[in-house]
Amino acid sequence: MTTTVPAKAEVRQSSPGTADGPRRRPGRIRRIGLPYLLLLPALLLELLVHLVPMVIGVLMSFKELTQFYIRDWTTAPWNGIDNYRMSVDFNAPVGEALLHSFLVTLAFTLLSVGLCWLIGTAAAIYMQDNFRGRGLLRALFLVPYALPVYTAVITWVFMFQHDNGLVNHVLHDQLGITDKPSFWLIGDNSFIALLTVSVWKGWPFAFLIVMAGLQNIPKELYEAAALDGAGMWQQIRRITLPSLSPVNQVLVLVLFLWTFNDFNTPYVLFGKTAPQAADLISVHIYQASFVTWNFGTGSAMSVLLLLFLLVVTGVYLVVTSRGRRTKHA
Amino acid sequence: MRTTRAAAVAAVTMSLALAATACGGGSSTDGGGSNDSPKTLTYWASNQGASIEVDKKVLQPELDKFEKETGIEVKLEVVPWSDLLNRILTATTSGQGPDVLNIGNTWSASLQATGALLPWNAENFGKIGGKDRFVDSALGSTGAEGKDPAAVPLYSMSYALYYNKKLFADAGISKPPATWEELVADGKKLSKGGKWGLGVEGSNPSENIHHAVVFAKQHGADFFTADGKPDFTSDKAVEGVKQFVDLMAKDKIIAPGNAEYAQNQSVSDFAKGKTAMLLWQSASANLKSQGMSEDAYGIAPVPVQSGTPGSGTSVNSMVMGINLAVFKNTDNLDGATKFVKFMTSDDEQKILNEAYSSIPPVKGAQSDESFNTPANAVLKDTLAQSAIAAPQVADESQFETAVGTAIKELWADAAAGRPVTTDSVKAALEKAQQQMPTK
Repeated sequence: MTTTVPAKAEVRQSSPGTADGPRRRPGRIRRIGLPYLLLLPALLLELLVHLVPMVIGVLMSFKELTQFYIRDWTTAPWNGIDNYRMSVDFNAPVGEALLHSFLVTLAFTLLSVGLCWLIGTAAAIYMQDNFRGRGLLRALFLVPYALPVYTAVITWVFMFQHDNGLVNHVLHDQLGITDKPSFWLIGDNSFIALLTVSVWKGWPFAFLIVMAGLQNIPKELYEAAALDGAGMWQQIRRITLPSLSPVNQVLVLVLFLWTFNDFNTPYVLFGKTAPQAADLISVHIYQASFVTWNFGTGSAMSVLLLLFLLVVTGVYLVVTSRGRRTKHA
Repeated sequence: MRTTRAAAVAAVTMSLALAATACGGGSSTDGGGSNDSPKTLTYWASNQGASIEVDKKVLQPELDKFEKETGIEVKLEVVPWSDLLNRILTATTSGQGPDVLNIGNTWSASLQATGALLPWNAENFGKIGGKDRFVDSALGSTGAEGKDPAAVPLYSMSYALYYNKKLFADAGISKPPATWEELVADGKKLSKGGKWGLGVEGSNPSENIHHAVVFAKQHGADFFTADGKPDFTSDKAVEGVKQFVDLMAKDKIIAPGNAEYAQNQSVSDFAKGKTAMLLWQSASANLKSQGMSEDAYGIAPVPVQSGTPGSGTSVNSMVMGINLAVFKNTDNLDGATKFVKFMTSDDEQKILNEAYSSIPPVKGAQSDESFNTPANAVLKDTLAQSAIAAPQVADESQFETAVGTAIKELWADAAAGRPVTTDSVKAALEKAQQQMPTK
């Protein structure tokens, strides 16, 4: 309802003094108000779907919301910034675990995004040349991206199994690389397993976006470069990558946010409690709230995560846009 | 002009509709139940049979019977174990839940603390025939001491040692082990040629806990002090947990692969004859569905440190089971109570517990012939004489997760060949204790 207020105010400001004001005012209100009125359902939905839950989440983070209060969480006592203090007290167990999880997630995200981008870009560049079966390969490359997450990841779970898994069968039984079958879903190797699945699932998206970006680079540039004696490597460095940079900026940001927040992959891969080495922050927060029934701390951690991602995104956008501006100048 | 007005009307209507639905959801979460819809009930059943389909087949005819008797239609949903606690928590938070539901009996005190479940005071017990109808050991796992129970017992189970008769005969073992020392000795004879002595479900925190509580108790330790504070790192508790994990780490009678089992693969391994022994609760129906005939295996009490199972340090199982609870804000309180009465009646108890190979927690049904088979006798004796209740504290469910996960990591160490020492076990339990709520 608040949206109609500025509309009215605007009308009032512009209308005083006009001779035919009183008679025409309702019509003008209607005309100017209508767009706002038409926006109202969308606005309410936006409030309902996005803002209200976010505000409630932030409110929850200031409450002591344990099992004793979840039945009617409005009765939960406020406990100020205790939840936050507990989450960032890195000398105490909860904060220490959160920091560990944060660092694991950061390492995982950087590696995953880097590899996704590298493989996706390499594949897209190779797929630029016309050859037989190109369409088929392109379609094939997109399969991991098109598969439902659960189906894809549960297949990996079977492949990573210690006793009957395909991965151990190939690495150990057939190639003999390891001297005994490895554990992939528990212990330290779980990080590698998680990274593998994440890259496998993520690179087709990078491939798709980069491939689209490549279509916009004029062929003439390459021809001119070839005449000037530039080899393939130089062409990629001097033409392809600079031309792709606006695409890459968005791509890397999106991949970063998705990977950092990814819940489905670790959850399906490891279940409710992830191994130490692969304790991603989203599952960690889930565990802090659902498994230990402490929703206040869980919310506080979520808010911290949100702030971190906002800062990263903000800094990233400022840095990249400044880079673009200086280049244009 | 007319279209403008029409559009405006449409927009306002839609906004109002949105606002109405936004506010309309969620019944009140405070206050007691009512009898606003006396003709229907929603029932969440836990997954007791080999699959959810099996459960529906078992339960639906009984629900139909109930509808015929009372005219109340029961909408059944069988909720898998992996989701059940989350679903209950969500229902608790939102107030949108079933009328009647099954809960794991170890969660009783935790869920009781939320205040979402109807307390079974004398008046409510009166409506279902009185508290005396139930076996004491089962009543011991229905909520914190000194409070009205949060649920009533529905199925009782205990752990037992399932052993493969043929593999035992092949290895020249004449009788099932009665002590852990014997179990390890037998296990070593059995662990050869790709077969293993024992199976465990290493990545399932709840399974780990059920055994850890018993192992700790056998060494004389409890995980909670008398006033309900976590006490995970006492020397005796550490010894108990270490003895459990050592079955893989030191004695090597468990296949390392078991460390990542969480989908009941250890039951499948046992059914296929890959492992010779299994510590499980009410496995008969499950084994049958996997093609293992009842003559192929024997059932014995879970081993103890020495002597025979009994109370104190000779316990050999937790009191396992399912309780039936009523959501406090149900809109069919009378119907829900009638349904609980129906489900705990002698006749229904016989039918249901037979179908799920569990033991009826109702005295009248327990004395029935069908629960006197040798297999059931083991379970019944265990429940009556040598089973301990799960810690009845509000933090029990957090304890299951924290310590269960710590033991999962210890299995991972053992499986990878890293040493499992008193110090490493203590460190793992220390970390688990630090994760427990402080208030």
